[in-house]
Amino acid sequence: MLEAFFNNAELQIMLVGAMVGTASSLVGTFLVLRGNSMLSDAISHSIVFGIVVVWLLTHHQSGPVQLIGAALTGLLTVFLTELLASTRRMKQDAAIGLVFPALFSIGVLLLNVYANDVHIDTHTVLLGEIGFVWLDTVEVLGYHVPQAVVSMTIMLTLNLIFVGAFFKELKLSTFDPALAKALGFAPGVLFYALLMLTSSTAVAAFDAVGAVLFIAFAIVPPAAAYLLTDRVWLMLALGTLISTAASVSGYYIAVQWDVSIGGMMAVMTGVFLLLAFIAGPRYGIISQRLRRHRARGLAAG
Amino acid sequence: MSWLTILGDYTFQNVVMGAAFLGIISGALGSFAVLRGQSLLGDAISHAALPGVCLGFIVAGSRNMGSIIIGAAITGGLAALLMLALTRMSRLKTDAALGSCLSIFFAIGVVLLTYIQGTENASQGGLDAFLFGQAAATLRSDVWIMGGITFVALAILAALWKQAKLVTFDAEFARTLGMPVTLIEVLLTTMITLAVVVGLQMVGVVLMAAMIVAPAVAARQWSRHLGGMVMIAALVGVISGISGATLSTLGRGLATGPLIILSASAIVLVSLAIAPGRGILWEVLRLARQRWSLQKRQILYVLYQTRLEQDESERSPWLSRSALTAFALYRLKRQGLLTSFRNAAALGKSARQWRLTPSGVRQAQQITATFNIPQHG
Repeated sequence: MLEAFFNNAELQIMLVGAMVGTASSLVGTFLVLRGNSMLSDAISHSIVFGIVVVWLLTHHQSGPVQLIGAALTGLLTVFLTELLASTRRMKQDAAIGLVFPALFSIGVLLLNVYANDVHIDTHTVLLGEIGFVWLDTVEVLGYHVPQAVVSMTIMLTLNLIFVGAFFKELKLSTFDPALAKALGFAPGVLFYALLMLTSSTAVAAFDAVGAVLFIAFAIVPPAAAYLLTDRVWLMLALGTLISTAASVSGYYIAVQWDVSIGGMMAVMTGVFLLLAFIAGPRYGIISQRLRRHRARGLAAG
Repeated sequence: MSWLTILGDYTFQNVVMGAAFLGIISGALGSFAVLRGQSLLGDAISHAALPGVCLGFIVAGSRNMGSIIIGAAITGGLAALLMLALTRMSRLKTDAALGSCLSIFFAIGVVLLTYIQGTENASQGGLDAFLFGQAAATLRSDVWIMGGITFVALAILAALWKQAKLVTFDAEFARTLGMPVTLIEVLLTTMITLAVVVGLQMVGVVLMAAMIVAPAVAARQWSRHLGGMVMIAALVGVISGISGATLSTLGRGLATGPLIILSASAIVLVSLAIAPGRGILWEVLRLARQRWSLQKRQILYVLYQTRLEQDESERSPWLSRSALTAFALYRLKRQGLLTSFRNAAALGKSARQWRLTPSGVRQAQQITATFNIPQHG
């Protein structure tokens, strides 16, 4: 049965999509709840810098060294952002808007300079191509497993362990950082760990969906889930469900129209967000209208 | 290449003019975005311009600047409106709404890009350039379009100057005056789109975020007035645009967009450091001076009190033996306020003892007077 699976490119592509979606929405949920969604944008751009630097230093284009490099780049991004914001001469969003383009620019220029040696072009970096994941395989237990499946399995496991083990602490430090600190937890450390996992997930997802589409997987499913529920565990579950559904439906539509598969998967996350925005049971526009209408009816009669 | 040949180069002239227009419009409009706490709006809108670029290409059937700009303006504006709708009509916060719009619209752009590649249109080459910008491909006609858009944006800004200013700093007050606040907010938000479309060719959709933020943040350090800030921001934009374009002409194969962004970032760093009044360097100096003056007063006061209470030859007052204190003591000695002597009788303490000189005593008396601490004993 496994044999059949690893010979089936279609299933593998959808699996990688769902894994990217699940792993990213696990961490993305907490970013959305904390109001730090745009950090995923910043990180996903600035890891381009990290990838190029790690490549220049070690000549590893993927694998554990790159994951660690990405985690450090993510930390660097957030550290620089907070450093700039702590001067109190600009707001945090302005600091984000300064740091990641600068790191990204340095990455692109390094690519320009070493263009002949590096097999990463900026186009792949931004867009990725999930349709080719089944071509790049490694041998695990006698099976030819796609590289992306291996790296995404690692990140998915890490993220699951992190969220599972620190679920209470994450909730507490997300909703009441002051109390978390008073109780002796370290919300800052937890936050940095979350961001390190975010950037590692970004770099693992990178070959498959590229830097920008990673944001779609990290932010949009949690945002849609946020419009559907008030419970964190349900938000995590719904985020996973939405990203899986987006991966499967996106794949079939992309094949039908012969367009970018990763792009279509990301577009589908947007479709689900719009659905939740318009028709969500409690916070959707329609139910808001209905409630207002009913309230007016009660008031009138 | 000598300087003269570079200056006379047709492409170089186009690039410099384009970069200058980009600097003016993004600096001016970016100032409002940054002041209104919408720094990352430019990022979202510029990513959202990608599907418009593709649509413009599909409709026109070729790489026609006019239709591409119209397309980019339409999808950029749509993204801005969707962002406003998501934040106003749902419980999503600004950051999630921005991130969602950005990634969804960019994804649509990627899908359209692959669709165009699938149709194998011969002239599709060059659409990728809008990701990172390709300044060298700027035509003179493109420059005039950029100039026209810049002029229109500045005209709107000038006409609505007072209203925009009031809405930026005190929207509530503007509302009580009966101003159409929402309309002005929507206008300021969607006008960022104009800056973005000018930047498409020069720096590309990915790096436009910094072109909106950097000149405005740099200018904010130098000016406390909106008018001054907008003008300085435009100037910073022009300088970074032109220097980035020039660097990329000199260093072959280096992309223009990243160089423009790095020039702007460098100007931000310099401004943060040395801008008069707000510069970090001045603050560090001021803090050091304050710390020194406090320490000086503390030391003189302590020595003076000990002198009043006992025979100073018997026991030296307790002074922290940190390097900082030691430095301060020697500095006071050089100013002639203290003398030091060796006292072997001081048990277990550093053999060096400190004593006020007559001028030190006078200063210490003044300090004690300003401290206004009641003398005991």
